[in-house]
Amino acid sequence: MGKEDCRMIESFDTVYLFVLGLLFLSVIMAVIRIIKGPTAPDRVVGLDTVNTLVIVGMIIYGVAAGSVIYIDVAIVYALLSFISTLFIAKYLEGGGF
Amino acid sequence: MMFSIIDIIVYIFLGVGVFFNLLAGVGLLRFPDVYTRLHAGTKCTTFGSIFLSGSVILLGLRMWWFGNTDGSILAIHTGVALVAILVTNPTGAHAIARAAHRSGVKPVKAVVDDLEGGTTKKKSIGKKTATVKKKEEEEG
Repeated sequence: MGKEDCRMIESFDTVYLFVLGLLFLSVIMAVIRIIKGPTAPDRVVGLDTVNTLVIVGMIIYGVAAGSVIYIDVAIVYALLSFISTLFIAKYLEGGGF
Repeated sequence: MMFSIIDIIVYIFLGVGVFFNLLAGVGLLRFPDVYTRLHAGTKCTTFGSIFLSGSVILLGLRMWWFGNTDGSILAIHTGVALVAILVTNPTGAHAIARAAHRSGVKPVKAVVDDLEGGTTKKKSIGKKTATVKKKEEEEG
């Protein structure tokens, strides 16, 4: 990767990779809820949880890989996932916008 | 000396954040209901995200203190991401809960539903004005 694109902030840290693995375990549990969920709002709750965990995982991986660009992506992902959650909730309500 | 203390605080924050994020996953699997699952999946994740982002912010501040100016970028950008999580996560949870109630999902083992009958917007407004009138009559 070019030096202009991503600044090297710290050497490769294995503790943050371990934390990332535990976060992935939690993501797996939320995905099981998405698959099993009896009703549609259950699946939306699981999707919201996966979104938040992915944001935190991006921040942690940005530290582990030593580049700040992942954290910028996490900010944009947070706002876009919020908008998608709001639209799915509006669709479940069945009301007009 | 200061180096080691901040390191220990960073590791404690990492442990607390990961513990609460795992609790969110377990609660999503084990709770019986949409609303209780919403409690687990939203509140635990927000709390864990605060601590994980706080550990990254402390790491960046430590790097900034020891002369690495890239640490300031790390701390400030993680702070902006944390503010985005803190603003958007409870709002999304409220929207999901309202959508679940209006689409007719009942809480398990619920005896009394106070919002029953107010599922559409017109009815809820009428009900609210009725209760306000009742209160005014009782008071005056």
